[in-house]
Amino acid sequence: MSELVNPVERFLRTDRMPHIWCPGCGIGTTVNCFARALIDSGIDLQSLALVSGIGCTGRVAGYVKLDSFHTTHGRAIPFATGLKLANPKLNVVVYSGDGDLSAIGGNHLIHAARRNIDLKVICVNNLIYAMTGGQTAPTTPGHAITATSPYGAFEPSFNLPHLLEAAGAVYVARWTTFHVRQLARSIGEAFQKKGFSFIEVISPCPTLYQRRNQLGDGLDTMKYYKEASKVRNGSPTSEAGLTMTGEIVVGKFVDRERPDYQTMMTAQMTESLGERYIRPEMEHEEEGCGVCG
Amino acid sequence: MKADPKGVLTGTHFIDGDHACCEGALAAGARFSAGYPITPSTEIVERFAARVPLVGGTFIQMEDELAASITLQGAVWGGAKAFTVTSGPGFSLMMEHIGYAAMTETPCVFVDVQRGGPSTGLPTLPAQADMMQARWGSHGDYEVIALCPNSPQECFDLTIKAFNFAEEFRVPVMFMMDEVVGHMTEKVVIPPADRIEVTPRKHTRKSAEEYLPYGTNGDLVPEMAHAGEGYKFHMTGLTHDERGYPNMTPQTQDKLVRRLQNKIRDAADRIMIAEEEGIGGADVIVVSYGITSRVAQKGIDMARARGLKVGKFRMITCWPFPEKRIRELAEKAKAFVVPELNLGQMVREVERAAGGKARTIAVSHAGGSVHRPEEILNAILEATR
Ligand SMILES: Cc1ncc(C[n+]2csc(CCOP(=O)(O)OP(=O)(O)O)c2C)c(N)n1
Ligand code: SF4
Ligand SMILES: [Mg+2]
Repeated sequence: MSELVNPVERFLRTDRMPHIWCPGCGIGTTVNCFARALIDSGIDLQSLALVSGIGCTGRVAGYVKLDSFHTTHGRAIPFATGLKLANPKLNVVVYSGDGDLSAIGGNHLIHAARRNIDLKVICVNNLIYAMTGGQTAPTTPGHAITATSPYGAFEPSFNLPHLLEAAGAVYVARWTTFHVRQLARSIGEAFQKKGFSFIEVISPCPTLYQRRNQLGDGLDTMKYYKEASKVRNGSPTSEAGLTMTGEIVVGKFVDRERPDYQTMMTAQMTESLGERYIRPEMEHEEEGCGVCG
Repeated sequence: MKADPKGVLTGTHFIDGDHACCEGALAAGARFSAGYPITPSTEIVERFAARVPLVGGTFIQMEDELAASITLQGAVWGGAKAFTVTSGPGFSLMMEHIGYAAMTETPCVFVDVQRGGPSTGLPTLPAQADMMQARWGSHGDYEVIALCPNSPQECFDLTIKAFNFAEEFRVPVMFMMDEVVGHMTEKVVIPPADRIEVTPRKHTRKSAEEYLPYGTNGDLVPEMAHAGEGYKFHMTGLTHDERGYPNMTPQTQDKLVRRLQNKIRDAADRIMIAEEEGIGGADVIVVSYGITSRVAQKGIDMARARGLKVGKFRMITCWPFPEKRIRELAEKAKAFVVPELNLGQMVREVERAAGGKARTIAVSHAGGSVHRPEEILNAILEATR
């Protein structure tokens, strides 16, 4: 009998296993969905690069068998922007946590969406800063106990799909780690879009968030995700705010067309410069590389 | 290899240091810049934004310097030569990513057109007070290279050098200008492309199976690959092994951080560029750099007119510090005079290297203008007493 091989294994750096994630953590589930999406979409792996920031989610870059960049805290998006602009043929995925992307990296998040840089952003939202021990994040819902809100969080939290829609993303969806098929499909759809795509995945951190808030273990969280999630494709993102134990609106909220950054740049430069404009990618196609000799 | 003629504006120009720096970057093959406007550096990227679409490249104005300083590194791993340009407040924001470039061995250039600080300080007036920050500003142990031009011509020539060092050593190079050099207009001669030597990226020729992203074979500088070439490599700012994989052990840390240091220290003689004149038999040696070296020349001339034996040592490479040479000179001269537009930064290095063998006299200045030559003359006179 031939040995059973997990079909996602070939997307992983098996020489780096075991991974650092806790039992019951949702990050691994999202990576599984990501690998599924790669299989289903048949995307060329050689031209796929993955960029992460810092955090438990940020470690994804270290486990995928792709050109993968583990950058600094909050700066995955600007790094990815440089990568994409220097080599427009690359498919660039940003994979990072809620704190990394929306707190320290929040400015880059909205500006990249505004510019409509062709990046696929997967944001694992466990509602806290997990890597550093479970402190309050801009996504932490009211009343939640965290390491830095021992008496309950009271700052209003970000509704990320709403923020991203307003900032200009062409594709915005939210799923939980219960919705594995839908999540994989969404990632596949994002690969079809040209422009800034944002997929939020609500994900458990049983070790820090669920435990501190007496929300049970990983299994209890799956039950909660199953029962509290309401699939509302096309729902106004303004109605997708999250609370600690309430409804979780999931679905594809935004799927629209807007010219991406490079298309706009080419159009503007061509309008102003005509034939004098040399597109950066034309440089790449030329004989002999000007960088490597 | 020779410069790509598309980027080389061959001819005789009358331009300021900022514009010359931009032309140097283009001649060196830079086809990507990410920036954030700040006086007195902005003219460099303004010119780049106008020039690079005609050459085949990209300029992007980012939302802040944190972004600019890492966007350019993404571009480098995407296959471009890239740089960013800033001044004090922006340089402060870029520190984390200078450390990141050092750790990940990303060849790139950071231009700092220095102005008076601390904080917002003197936006339109010169200083040389970021010299220690250029060396030590990011956390942890690392080495960088820093060059200091003193004229628009050097802004052109040495920017090329900065890119070449960045590629040769896979290190972030600090290009330390100042407001006066940036805004002074002089003749700048740009040679034909086939007379400009450009260092190619140290790109691997190994197959994906053989390639070790941070493996070295004796010369301490690993070979690089770009995204999209099939290597499927990993890169991280965490302490990493030769595969580029995180490895948080004291042994891996020691091996990595010492290599990052030694790849520069061991090559210090090759990196060192300095201008020496009248050193033989000098009692006093004036050690200066950047714009201050031009004022120093005046002070030296005045002292020589009085019959004093004064030598000139101009640092063009400031980091690594020309330690060996200063130590040698300390055996010969009685004293060093060190004028700089700060309250005493590089003078500490001179004093350390002199090791008590020669006196060291600082001629400090808080910035906002340049020294008066008399201040330097007076220090020379004091040194001979
Ligand atoms: C500049 C900087 N500040 C702070 C940190 C410490 N830090 C590491 S991860 C992290 C938060 C990560 O939270 P999130 O992005 O939500 O990822 P998670 O661990 O929850 O997946 C922080 C604050 C850092 N590495 N760098
Ligand atoms: S701390 Fe939380 S987010 Fe991090 S690996 Fe453990 S369960 Fe996952
Ligand atoms: Mg988090």
